[in-house]
Amino acid sequence: MDEIVQFENVGLRYGTGAETLADLSFTLFPGSFYFLTGASGAGKTSLLKLLYLSQRPSRGVIRLFGEDAVTMPRERLPGFRRRIGVVFQDFRLVPHLSAFDNIALPLRVAGVKEKDLEVPVAEMLDWVGLGDRSDARPATLSGGEQQRVAIARAVIGRPEILVADEPTGNVDPEMAIRLLQLFEALNTLGTTIVVATHDIHLLSKVPGAQMMKLEKGVLSDPTGSLLHPPLPKDQLR
Amino acid sequence: MLDLFVIPSADRRLIPEGRLSGPMPWVIAIMIFLTVLAAAAGLALAQAAGDVSDELASRATVQIVEANPDSKNRQTQDVAARLRGLDLVQEVRVLPQQEVEELIEPWIGSQELSNDIPIPALIDLKLTRPAAGPELQSLRSAISPLSTTARVEPSSSYIAPVITLIRSLQWTAFGLVALLAIATAAAVIISARSALNTHRETIDVIHLLGGTDRQITRLFQRRIALDALLGGLLGLIAGTGIIWLISSQLSAIGSGLVQSLGLSWYSWLIIAAVPILGMFIAMMTARSTVMRALKKIL
Repeated sequence: MDEIVQFENVGLRYGTGAETLADLSFTLFPGSFYFLTGASGAGKTSLLKLLYLSQRPSRGVIRLFGEDAVTMPRERLPGFRRRIGVVFQDFRLVPHLSAFDNIALPLRVAGVKEKDLEVPVAEMLDWVGLGDRSDARPATLSGGEQQRVAIARAVIGRPEILVADEPTGNVDPEMAIRLLQLFEALNTLGTTIVVATHDIHLLSKVPGAQMMKLEKGVLSDPTGSLLHPPLPKDQLR
Repeated sequence: MLDLFVIPSADRRLIPEGRLSGPMPWVIAIMIFLTVLAAAAGLALAQAAGDVSDELASRATVQIVEANPDSKNRQTQDVAARLRGLDLVQEVRVLPQQEVEELIEPWIGSQELSNDIPIPALIDLKLTRPAAGPELQSLRSAISPLSTTARVEPSSSYIAPVITLIRSLQWTAFGLVALLAIATAAAVIISARSALNTHRETIDVIHLLGGTDRQITRLFQRRIALDALLGGLLGLIAGTGIIWLISSQLSAIGSGLVQSLGLSWYSWLIIAAVPILGMFIAMMTARSTVMRALKKIL
């Protein structure tokens, strides 16, 4: 199985401070489901930023979809970013756009025609339970509703990797399970999922998911599977 | 350039567009208004300088300075007759005594001048070609046997300082146009940077969702181009109104040089193009400003 993400001795330092992330080496395989855990300040968001190409590392090698993402020319980054869905911790919804337009944003950026995006966006709105809030601006949505719009926006383009930073932080337990089921469904379709969370209970909700744990910027491998491809779904349990 | 205006409406909404809502269109309107006035002044002065130069280039004056009126009149008639016979000369006009007196009246008053002061006789010549050195020499050679006091002067030499002044004013006006273009570009840079800061979060999100610099730049370019076009049209309307007012006042004066300060149809065409040029400058400035700013973001 070809790796989809490969980190080799990656370090990240902001400015002249100490390294936020140090000596990260791991491999993510296509179609796998990963939880990234760790205490607040452990470096989860920084690691995700490296994954969704918002940040370049201070050292080390990152290979994404088989290509070197560290030395990749800036002009090629948009093409790679379109293959990655991101759920930001602070949602980052565009405030003057409706829920519909926020969800449609990745498709419009990718050049999808207006007539071809109405149905999938409407379906996505229904899927996250916001079918009747299509025209609502983010400011008029609750925290949980905003989070669902952010998730819908991240998955609408059927990304090859979905990166989610605390995606269940603002939703009730029932919605959290629904969202995880949504991620699992995407995972079944072949999307590699990386969910950063400090909610240890979520881990048991996704059979076959593997765990990466960050402690003070250093990665540990509690499930022992980061260096090896995961088992096929039918061999789990 | 035209693809700027065919961005899908949904994409246009990514950055809110409020027509005439910010200071930008008004700043551009003022800049274009001033540019239109400066350009009109420059073009009118250029035309006036050109017209006067063309008119006087082939003219010369023969001056016969003779104290004895009888001798002066005889020499004048002989010289005029000789000049009429030259191929180089197209038109000869001996200025009547009264007209000559009127010409010098502002300097020495309106008394019976001819009896007290020897007033020269003047012959106005229109040549078949510009009065340059060889032509003047040829005229001098032709008339010198008839009048030893006759002097031939090209008419352009009298008006040369005025032409120089008009040319200086014309280039000052065009310099002003250039300065206003630079000031417009500076205003656009400030506006584009301000808009970038205002929409920073939206831009970051579009970037992270795979938006390209070109996609983002087009949004800003379009917004600033429309602001500039709108402001430019307002400036053009106000500017042409003022020019029309000044033109009608100049026409009412109706004297020589002032009358030649009109604008030709191609001058009007250039003035009408000012808002389009302003829009182009604004658009290109916005494009380079936004592109440069985006390159600093990963």
